[in-house]
Amino acid sequence: MSQIDEQLRTELQRQGVWVTSMQDLYNWGRKNSIWPLQFGLACCAIEMIATAASRYDIARFGGEVFRPSPRQADLMIVAGTVTKKMAPQIVRLFNQMADPKYVIAMGACAISGGPFKQGYNVLKGIDRYIPVDVYIPGCPPRPEALLHAFMELQRKIDEQKLTGADKAEFLKPDQPSEFPVPRFGRHDLEPRANPNVFQPPVLER
Amino acid sequence: MSATIETLEAMERPPVSMASRLQGELLEVSMGPQHPSTHGVFRMNVALEGEIVRKLKPVFGYLHRNHEKIGENTSYLGSMPYTDRLDYFCSMTNNWAYALSVEKLAGIEVPERAEYLRVILAELTRLQNHASLLGFLLSDMGAWGTPLMYAFREREKILDLFESLAGSRMMCDYMRFGGCRVDPSDEWLAQAKQIAERFPKFLDEFEDLILGNEIVIGRTQNVGKLSAELAVNAGITGPMLRACGVNYDIRKVDGYGFYPRFKFRIPLGEHGDTYDRLMMRALEMRESVQILKQAFAQVQPGPVMNPKAKIRAFRPPVGEAYGHIEAPKGELGFYLISDGSPNPYRYRVRPPSFINLTILEDMCLGHTVADVMVILGSVDIVMGEVDR
Ligand code: SF4
Repeated sequence: MSQIDEQLRTELQRQGVWVTSMQDLYNWGRKNSIWPLQFGLACCAIEMIATAASRYDIARFGGEVFRPSPRQADLMIVAGTVTKKMAPQIVRLFNQMADPKYVIAMGACAISGGPFKQGYNVLKGIDRYIPVDVYIPGCPPRPEALLHAFMELQRKIDEQKLTGADKAEFLKPDQPSEFPVPRFGRHDLEPRANPNVFQPPVLER
Repeated sequence: MSATIETLEAMERPPVSMASRLQGELLEVSMGPQHPSTHGVFRMNVALEGEIVRKLKPVFGYLHRNHEKIGENTSYLGSMPYTDRLDYFCSMTNNWAYALSVEKLAGIEVPERAEYLRVILAELTRLQNHASLLGFLLSDMGAWGTPLMYAFREREKILDLFESLAGSRMMCDYMRFGGCRVDPSDEWLAQAKQIAERFPKFLDEFEDLILGNEIVIGRTQNVGKLSAELAVNAGITGPMLRACGVNYDIRKVDGYGFYPRFKFRIPLGEHGDTYDRLMMRALEMRESVQILKQAFAQVQPGPVMNPKAKIRAFRPPVGEAYGHIEAPKGELGFYLISDGSPNPYRYRVRPPSFINLTILEDMCLGHTVADVMVILGSVDIVMGEVDR
């Protein structure tokens, strides 16, 4: 990929000529039309709806097309508490989404179990099974926080390379697009985490 | 996967229509847990004949967050923030119901101003809950987007009030045993009064646009009829019960808080169909505005917290108590057993939407799949409260 000289580009733009690279154009299109998957889990989902509704209006960032079908969605907003009964369905939905796909973990529950972490039925973070791109803390995060996460994701998409050794993950053939769906075991979900996605932090004492 | 009975996967599969499936008549469809109009993670196993629902089995538990167990392991006050997350549209009424039960248990008095504030906040909560419910119901019917936008516009105004008072938009955690956490300023009260007074404007607009609409009438009248007898037997409460014509409102029957001091009417339905349930919400909002107006006129300055109420090392005497209020969705009750320790021995929530959901099958039989969504929408469920 040949890089355009920034100076030359601005100069040309001033003259009314718009020069771009395929990668820029492609990413520009992708980042401004992120279609989230329409599904909510708990309280945070209401803030997600508020973000899409009149005052906060996620349409300003091109994300208002909430699709009920995972086949048409680019982004999964995990908004709410993931229980052990729901976790397999979430992984299944994520597997059904077409690449490139992104995940926002919204709220303390989706990140780590949040206030319900001590519960026997609550998954301690969705990142045990699927890779998460942006985390938003809060219980619930404000709509502005979700918009911020959305912009962070746009930045990430904008920086993804299409070619070369450091090209985006989803373009690499050895990158998995599907993740194993956990099953109910005797006491807990099995496996308890996907080791390719989640490594528990090492405690240093 | 091994087919042992203990695995949850096996228990999850209900034998809805095995026999009929063999005859090749019924089609079994699993709706949810990810479905655009199941209001969260609710799942229904529906057996269809053509498009007509012949059997329906709700599947719960996708949002079971161990609320009651956690409540038994934390102090009394520690459960207060968790009650916010029960019915996450109406954190204020949840707080009130819980505070009321503990006050009953420990015999704590609440100062006058705090009682007024509770009424004001509960009625504001009712306004925003009913407004958003109507928006969701209409989007289930296919009016995708617009009514919900109108409803959320109003909801945001009320959430602003909550935020400036309690510091959080949704999870207010505002009430305490023996009063309320902070005293609102006079400006806050003036602002709240203004919002309540302007609310009927929104209602007029909304009713003009929607409630007389032919499609709405066609989709809701005579759909999902519920008889008064069945409703009473099944323990249905709230607007759903009143839509069947049963005059039961805990604000009147129990007279908790300062509700006996206010003049307001209880709207009653006649047919018990979805249209009546929809109208019930619209009419209740008007009555809430009346209550709010009276409350703003009557509220006087004073303390908002009973100085004798203990916050730290709170140990109610041994005993049990059940406190219930008329939450926007129905009777919300908390049943507490105290053994004299800082934690409740038993902490039980009587959630209105869970119990209102039990007669879903009776309402849906004989209707089309598209109507199931509308009927479910009119029940007004919130999964945080159903599964707890
Ligand atoms: S993070 Fe808080 S608001 Fe969000 S789902 Fe969990 S409990 Fe609810």
